[in-house]
Parts: sequence; structure tokens; C-alpha cells
Amino acid sequence: MTPVTYLRADSSAAAIALGAADGHRLLGGGTNLIDLMRKGVEQPAVLVDVSGLAAPITEAADGSLVIGAAARNSDVAAHPLVRARYPMLARAILAGASAQIRNMATVGGNLMQRTRCVYFADAAGSRCNKRVPGSGCDALGGFTRYHAILGASPACIATHPSDMAVALVALDARLHLAGADGVRSVALANFHQLPGDSPEVETMLAPGEMILAVELPPVQPMRSTYRKVRDRASYAFALVSVAAGIVVEDGRIADVRIAVGGVAAKPWRAARAEASLRDGPASVEAFVQAAQAELAQADPLPGNAFKVQLAERTLVAVLTDLAGGDA
Amino acid sequence: MSRVQNVIVGTARSALSWVPAQWLPGGTPDPLIGRHGEIGRQASRIDGEIKVRGEARFAAEVAMDGLCYATLVHSTIARGRIARLDSTAAETAPGVLLVVTHRNMPKVASPSLVSMSDPTAVGNSDLPILQDDRVHYNGQVVAAVVAATQEQADHAATLIAIDYEAAQAETRFGQAKSGARIIPSLLIERNHLSFGKAERELARAPHRVDNLYRTQWQNHNAIELHALTAAWVGDRLTVHDTTQMIAGEAAALAKAFGIPRDQVQVLSPFVGGGFGGKGMWDHQIVAVAAARMVGRPLRLQLSRESVYRIVGGRSATEQRVAIGADADGCFTALLHDGWSVMPPYGACPEAYTLGTRSAYRAKSFEILQRHIDIAVVPNTFMRAPGEAIGTFALESAVDELAHNLAMDPVELRLRNMPDKHPITGAPFSQHAQDQAWRDGAARFGWEQRAAKPGTRREGEWRIGMGCGGGSFPYVRMPGAAVRLTVRRDGTATLACSGQEMGMGTATVVVQQVADRLGLPLSAVTVEIGDSALPAAPMAGGSSQTVSIAAAVLAAAEKLPAELLRLAGNSSPLSGLRAGEVRMEGEGLASASEPARRETFRAILSRANLEEVSVTASGTPPLEMLKFAMHSTAAMFCELRVSDVTGEIRVDRLLGSFDCGTILNPRTAASQFRGGMIMGLGLALTEETLLDERSGRIMNPTLADYHVPVHMDVPQIDVIWTDIPDPRSPLGARGIGEIGITGIAGAVANAVFNATGKRVRDLPITLDKLL
Amino acid sequence: MTIRINGTDYDPPEDARVSLLDLLRDRLQLTGTKVGCNQGACGACTVLIDGRRVLSCLTLAAQADGRKVTTIEGLGADGLHPLQAAFLEHDGLQCGYCTPGQICAAAAMLVEAEAGMPSYVTADLTAPVTLSRDEVRERMSGNLCRCGAHNGIVDAILSVAQERAA
Repeated sequence: MTPVTYLRADSSAAAIALGAADGHRLLGGGTNLIDLMRKGVEQPAVLVDVSGLAAPITEAADGSLVIGAAARNSDVAAHPLVRARYPMLARAILAGASAQIRNMATVGGNLMQRTRCVYFADAAGSRCNKRVPGSGCDALGGFTRYHAILGASPACIATHPSDMAVALVALDARLHLAGADGVRSVALANFHQLPGDSPEVETMLAPGEMILAVELPPVQPMRSTYRKVRDRASYAFALVSVAAGIVVEDGRIADVRIAVGGVAAKPWRAARAEASLRDGPASVEAFVQAAQAELAQADPLPGNAFKVQLAERTLVAVLTDLAGGDA
Repeated sequence: MSRVQNVIVGTARSALSWVPAQWLPGGTPDPLIGRHGEIGRQASRIDGEIKVRGEARFAAEVAMDGLCYATLVHSTIARGRIARLDSTAAETAPGVLLVVTHRNMPKVASPSLVSMSDPTAVGNSDLPILQDDRVHYNGQVVAAVVAATQEQADHAATLIAIDYEAAQAETRFGQAKSGARIIPSLLIERNHLSFGKAERELARAPHRVDNLYRTQWQNHNAIELHALTAAWVGDRLTVHDTTQMIAGEAAALAKAFGIPRDQVQVLSPFVGGGFGGKGMWDHQIVAVAAARMVGRPLRLQLSRESVYRIVGGRSATEQRVAIGADADGCFTALLHDGWSVMPPYGACPEAYTLGTRSAYRAKSFEILQRHIDIAVVPNTFMRAPGEAIGTFALESAVDELAHNLAMDPVELRLRNMPDKHPITGAPFSQHAQDQAWRDGAARFGWEQRAAKPGTRREGEWRIGMGCGGGSFPYVRMPGAAVRLTVRRDGTATLACSGQEMGMGTATVVVQQVADRLGLPLSAVTVEIGDSALPAAPMAGGSSQTVSIAAAVLAAAEKLPAELLRLAGNSSPLSGLRAGEVRMEGEGLASASEPARRETFRAILSRANLEEVSVTASGTPPLEMLKFAMHSTAAMFCELRVSDVTGEIRVDRLLGSFDCGTILNPRTAASQFRGGMIMGLGLALTEETLLDERSGRIMNPTLADYHVPVHMDVPQIDVIWTDIPDPRSPLGARGIGEIGITGIAGAVANAVFNATGKRVRDLPITLDKLL
Repeated sequence: MTIRINGTDYDPPEDARVSLLDLLRDRLQLTGTKVGCNQGACGACTVLIDGRRVLSCLTLAAQADGRKVTTIEGLGADGLHPLQAAFLEHDGLQCGYCTPGQICAAAAMLVEAEAGMPSYVTADLTAPVTLSRDEVRERMSGNLCRCGAHNGIVDAILSVAQERAA
């Protein structure tokens, strides 16, 4: 780890001011950043600790829920309103990492975490366009089990590892971003960027900006869940995960939200699948058709072709489960 | 291992087969067998309390004044040479005391490769260590940095700039097969065995299976990292290491650094898991050399990545198993051959065919292993090397045959149980695997298994049962020595350089000393983990407990003569000879007139001595050559496979063991379970990802190498026959490795039973079941 | 400010890179907290900060400034903690290296469950938590054990959970 200066921000204004400088990085729970610093992937000169900032979880007048960026993952999952209204989010968070890591990780840090591509992590021995733009990608032709089948590019095939973000995207979460020029609100679905030619650009966060809060709009009651498929029964990143919620009225799908994890550089909102289902029948055939419509865009690699089928099947199973007797 | 060795072992076996067992040293059954005492009781781990309190000090936890810290730098190419190495920035970085490279490393000969015949030969690699600019595999140590703090050393290590001149390197298993070589022997067994005309028998067998099985690269992943704290005072060296070979390492370090053996002390009272991985690798040599160069005590605790880079694991294999059977299911041909990696600079032949030689009766056998050379860190012994993966191939094949024959897989195995060694004809010392199968099947509820695959289902889950046989050879190492001391206060201590890695060795030593001497448990202590003590063999081959037990037996046989000499004429024992007394009731007693007795306390008080000590070594382990001696097991598994995702959840696991006397049911059950859980990892989750383009391990982390977590581990039932082996000390055979054998087969067979899909390559990940 | 570790105050290290784990082990000789990966992947370094279980390898010592840290040495300060006793009783250890992390994690986990915090395997997210074997397995999955003491560990934790519920 390169020598680093540690500063603690006592307000978000201070964090923005301190974090704006070159070589300064905001530090949340540190569960990803400290590891990457030890691996030589990240080399900030100054760490600005924002994990101690106030992190209220409050209900707004319109029924939306605003979660401070410094809220710990475990506190969000345990919050009574989250458990009652957004079970898919609680489950997604609880599916991620371990209890210790969830106790440390902040909501903001979770969204800002980097890919777990093993070639990205191997600063000493592998080429990576995300780490060193233009250097090449050793993941191509290598181990791609955990890599993208959607939205990848020849420059980068990495996936975003967050579980929480998958549920948040399905719930139409918005982010409050604060910078020197004030606060703006953006849809989380647009926050993470697909790699294209510049995989080093991972989010729409401008230099000097930070995530202040996550806003969950009110949802009508729906059956929802999060299912994660992985290589061991717990404490592993997703091969594929599905966050889904559905409202069935008189046998027809009145509302549906689906996002898929483990398949792209961002939490993947399955817009095509949703469109194919909306206002249609809640039947297994319809679910299969919707899953196929979404995965038709997939462009898998030799090492991860199975994920197309795995994603399709998991989608269909989750939707069938949620539809219950209505399917 | 050489052809000469084959001849020597073969000749010794043949000669011994004519010698009556009772003529062999220790040839009469151990008198402790069948006696009720501390052996067989659930004594608690003697080191349990300090471990749960966090007070047990491991190798990287020894405090020293002026301690400095080291970090390794690894090559990023597979083969070639260092064209340029610039360490200026590292040398001038804050806190840096020393940068070690091939340019300033003292001349040190690498330890000789591990050998059964030379206890000081403990090397896992005989490549030069920082002696020249050559690179032999991706990850090799190319430099080390020493600094005042670990943080400073870690950072400075990243400042060393190296340009390589890469050379052509073979890093692909498949490509290297064409250049495979055939070595004459595997450990002490012949490699190529041809018995009957197996290919011909196979061709004409009415029922046969003939398939290829593949197993993955694996790493031990003991949770404690490899670490040592080394200190020189003049020409005296003290090393606190985490090692499975204390005495061997001390001898090897003395040789490497040119100092007398008695000037090296290796201390390793606790080892945080070994599994074959905690042997002698490059890091001990580098750390000891660097400590001498820098003139300060030094700690080198490998990063987890460094462990993967320089400590080899289990080789990948490709194995063919073919079985021919007659209409009754009796095997007429058993063929097992294949490929595994063993670079010329490595020592581990990954003997996956060893177990096949004694597992089943067959009319003909054809067995051969081929070894390929690729540029990788040398693979080494990992828990049941050979057997863990050999039994996967063999037990899968037996299951496939049973399916073809429409016969119950347990019945097929029972039908082919051997009553003597199937190839050599040597008698088994004791063998009740058939009972293990029957007891296990009954307890597991095997009769509930659906004969037709893919027919049991609960929701999206398909349910299946499978079984697999396990075996591991009995090994007793020659040359184990112990010192047994009895004191005037009525206590006794057993001392030897043995290793406690969590097996319960120290606990079981206390139990047997109590029984041998007729003392209560509370009066016995044990000293281990120090090379200054009489030399125990390494902890390997599931051999440590019986190896030490034979030496304890020898010491206990010497002790009465010493005590009688001290007892003198005024003792009630006066006039008795050593052969006429027994140790019981905290002292000596006449065997024929039990009233004539005297306590150790009384004898030593009268003699005005604080203590009396004897040192003794175990007899040569000739029983291994005369008898076929194997721990065996029958493993049962019930699992679920998701129809949606292919995910596997193991719901039940049972191990039924035949391993001689179980010395401590509590620690033994934990050993069995531990092996079985590692077997689950082998079967389902673990794989070291070796990128064959670069020869580089891509998942050197515990996040990306998936050892089973709590959620993967079901409740595991273990039972045993508890039939003593009359040919071994205490009637015991090894239990440390048998647990991992047979499990992968049982799991794969259960997957087949659940789904009808036969997966022949490990690990069985969900994509293989979609 | 200072870091209060097991009731004693310590100054944070000057080098900001020093993790809480290395502060404990290398500087304070509190070696009961173990290092298994330094990658946040094994749980051996688990300690409690303000009562919550965290990984000390991924926590900079500076981040613990002003907080209360409890390590295995602090957990059993007044005789054996019930979990320590239960681990002995159920043979929930072999080599003993992951053990302090398992015990610290279990101590916090019992409190989490009593506070109603759900897990991934909790069927009803809004109901009080009953610690079943599956619940314990899931909640303890952040602590790796390579010797294979899992059954004993879970048994030990369940026995303490039952005592506390009684």
C-alpha cells in the first residue's frame, strides 16, 4: 500500500471540499477500497473518511425513503420500513458478502465498488484496460465465468459485483449527488456506465462529486424477491442474480420490475422483459418469452455462455414463484 | 524414487512374507489393545482452552526486540530470465533495511527433495532460491524486501522494477501430455503394475465401463498463513515457524546455512492448519538468509497471494478408469492410468492409483501413472494426495458399472471386497470395510435410495443418494524418538518434536502415556513442537500418531528397568526383573504378585532423585511391508440439485470408517468430519485457476478460491468399526486423510442419482448440470 | 482521540496505512485476533467495534479512533465466555486458528439475531428471528474454517443461543 494520509470528514460539505482534490478518495467502509489499495490497484494519496457522516434513513412526505450514503448495508437491510416495503432490497443486501462486511460497508461505497474481475485485481501480472487504459484485456480468452454477457465491449468484459444495486435499480432508486456546484438527482439505472471504449469510466459521478443519499420512490404493494445464484451456498459473488417484483390483477400483469445482476458492468434493468410482460398474462409461457426477449441481446464468451441459460431460467423461476397461484 | 528402490522394497516384502509376524520387532499385538483406559475416551483437547482464549501463540506472533518485516516479490512470467532489476527506489523507500535479490543473496543450496529414506530431505522444490537470474515458473520469488514495518516492506516491494526476457514455456496440461514421462515408483510402490491381461479381459467382459475423469488444481488454504520469525545470535539460529516437519526443517536449515544441527532450533508448538502445505518452501530460506544479512530478528508472513504463488497445491489430473465385470458383477479387469503434473524440480507424484491396487478384487489389473512437466510452482502433497482424487475416478466408475448392471452400488462393492491384497496377496492386518459398508448403509437409510436416477423430487429440487469407498494406506515413519520422564511428584512428561496442527496429537499422546504408565490423565503432560526435543517424524501420511506411539511403547518398555535399578534392595520390588513387572497404579507392580508394588513417587524419593528419563525410538515399521494395511471407509451422501439453476446442496453426509482403534472419539470425529468437508470442497466448489496462457494463478485469494463455508456444510454423521489392528501400536491406523477419500465419488454418484447426469470432471459446478 | 481496546486506551498509529488488525497483532501484541487472508475473505480477523462484528484487516486503525474495540482477549476477560466454553464442549475447533474470529463473530451474531435482524435464509423478514441450524450456518458463513470444525461450531453456538433464550 502506498503511503496515504487519512482525514475524517465531519460533514458532507467538508467531504466534498476535501474529496475534490487530485489523488483524494472518499473512504466508506473500506471493504473494497482498502483491499484494492493493498493490491496496488488503487493508490490514493489522501483518504477522506466519510463513513462517520450522519446516515439517517427517513421517510419523506410522499412516502419515499431516503437513505444516507453512509448508512451501513446491515442497517438498511434491518430497517423495518425496508423489510416491510422493499423486501427485495433487504434480501439483496443480505445476499451480499458476509455479516461482518455488511456491518462495515456503506450504501455509497457499495455503489462505488469496483469489479471483482481477477485480471483487474492482478496489478502486477495482468493487463487491464480499466486499470491502465489502453493496456489490453487479459480477461478475454481467460477465465470469464464471472464476466459479462450483456453490454460488454472488446475493451472490457467486467461485471459490477453489487447485489444491493440490482434491487435498487429494479426499485427505480435515484441518487442524490452533491458537488461543488450543488446537488442533483439521477436515476441509479443511469449511474453506472457500460464500458465501451473507456472502461475506466465506471459511473457518471463528476470529479469532486459524492453520493449523498439513495432515494427509494414509494412502491405499490407487490410480491418481490431477490434470488442469487453462486458457486457456493453463501459468501460468494453472483454468477447471476435476479431482483423482481410483480403485481398481478385479474390474471394480468399490472406492474413488473426486473433487474439482473452478475451479467453486466451495471445492474441490468431488464426493460425488454418488463415491456414484454406488462399488461400481459402472468403465465410461465409469458415469463419464458420475456426472459428470452431480454437475453436475446446477450453476447456471451466461451467461458460464460451458460449464464445466458442460467439467467433465463432464474428469471422464469423467480417470476413464476412470485406470480404464485396466478401463473 | 528409483528402480533400485523398487527392487529393495520388493525384496524386503518377499522376505518378510515368510517371517512369522511374532518374530518381527513389535510383532506381538500391543498389550494396550483392548485394555480399558484413557485410550478410547473423549478426552478434551489439552490445548483447547488457550486456543479459544486466543492465547496460543503461533509462529507470526512471537514478540522480539528489533523485529523487522519482509515481503516477497514474485515473477510475472513463467520462464526466462531477469533482464533488468532496479531496486533503487525500494532501497531508498522509508524504513527499508535491505533488498534481497539474486545479486546479493548468499550462496545457499536448496534443500534436497522430500524423500522417504532421508528424514532431512524435506524440500518441495530443488530450484535455486534467488541464486541466479533464471525464472522457472510464474510466481517464483525474485526478490524480498526487509523493512522496519510490514507496511513499509509491502510498499517498497512494489517499487522494484523488473524487466524480463521471456523464454518459451509449456504451461498447458493438454499440450504437455505428449512429453509425459514414466517414473519407476510412487513413494514406496511400483508405478507400473500389470497383473493378468487386463486390456484383453476388459475387451471380452460382458459388462464394462471405460471413461476419463478430470480433477482440478487445488490449494491447501490452511487459514493460518505461512509465516516464520527468524533470529540469529552469532551462528545460532532460532526459527519460529509453522511447519509439519520440525526436525527435518531444523536439519535442512543447518545444512543450507552451514552450521551444526544443534545450533538450529525450530519451534512450532501450534500450526494453524497444514494439510500437507506447511512444509519447506523458498520462504524459509529467504527469511533466514535475510535475517542474517540484516542482523536483526525478522518476520516473514506470506500474503495469501504469496502462499498461492510459491506453495504448490494438488495437481490437476486426467485419469482413465476402466472396469470389466462378469454377469455377477465380479471384476475381471481393473485399469487405472492417467496424467498428472510433476515438474522435474518437484517431489510429489500425486499417486492417484495407489488406492486402486487394494480397493477391489479383480482378475487382472493394469495400472500406470504418467507425469508431465509444465512450468508451475511444484505441486505437493495435499490431504490424501492421490487417494482423494483417485477414489473419485474409481468410485465413479464403480457406480457407472453398477448402473449398467442394474445392481445396487453397495452390493457391487461388497461383491468385490478383497480378502487379501488383490495384487501382492499379502494378508490384511485387519480389514472390515465390508462391515463399514453395511453399518453405514443401515445407519444412512440407503434403502431409501431410488434405483432409477432422476426420480425423486421436491419442488424444483431433484434429490439423490450416492456412495463411495475410501481408503488410505497405513504409514508408520521410521526413526521417531521420544523422551519419557517420570518425576518424584508423580507426574510424567512425554517430549518429542512432534507437530500439533489440530489433529489432537498432543491430546492422544497424553492419553496413551497415562495408560502405559498407569497414571491419571492429570498427571501427564506433553512437550512437542521443538526441534531441541527428540526427533519425531514429520506430520504426513496420517502417520504421526502411530509413529510416536511406537516410540512411546519402546520408552515404556525401557522405563521399568531404570526404575527397578533405582528401587534397590529395600523396595518391595527387589529382585524382580523388568519383564516381571507392570506399570499400573502410578507405579510398578509384580505381574505375578500384584501386592508387590511401589509407586514412582516412593521409588524416586528413596533414590533421592527428582526424575528419571528414558529416550527411545520406535521399532522399524516392518509391519507395513509384511501386511497390507489400510484405513478404509464407506461414504454416503444425500443432496439436492436445482432443476432451475443446477445448484447443489448437500443435505446429509455419513462416513463409516474402519481405521483400527479410535483413540479419542471426540478428536477423531472432528478429524473425519474435517476430511469429509475438504472432500466436499474438492467435489463441488474448489479450484485453483491456472491461466494456461501465462502459467499464472488467477485466483490467489480466499474470495475467489471457494473453500466450503458454513452454509455448504451439512450435519455430518460419522461411525466406525473400532476393531483394533493387531499389527499396529495401540491397534490404530491413520485417520487424518481417510476422511477426504471417497467423498467426491459419493457426491458425483449422488448427483447422477438425482439427475441422471454423470459429471466426470471436478469440481461439479452448476453449469455442468444445466 | 484514542482507540479503546478491551477497556484500555491506545493512540492510533502514525502510519495511516496500519490496519486495526496489524495494530493489534504487531504493535500491541494482542495476537488473539488472527490473519488468514488480509483480503476480507475469511473472517479470522473478526473483532467487535462498538459491539458490531467487523473485519479488522479491512479497517484502518485510524477508522477505529474514538471507538471501542473488543477482541477475543476482551471477550473472555472474566473467565471463559459462554461461547468459549461451548466451543470446547462441542469440539468446535481443531488447529484453533480461525477460532477467535468464529467466537467473536458468534458473539455479535447472537445479539443481531436477538435484535431481530434477518438473514438471507429468513423466511419472514418481519417476524422475530429464531436461530435454526440454517440461520446459524448462513450468519456464520463469513468465517471460514479449513480444518472442518463446522458442525461443532454450529452446535456450540446453538447451545449458547438456547441458554440465552431460556
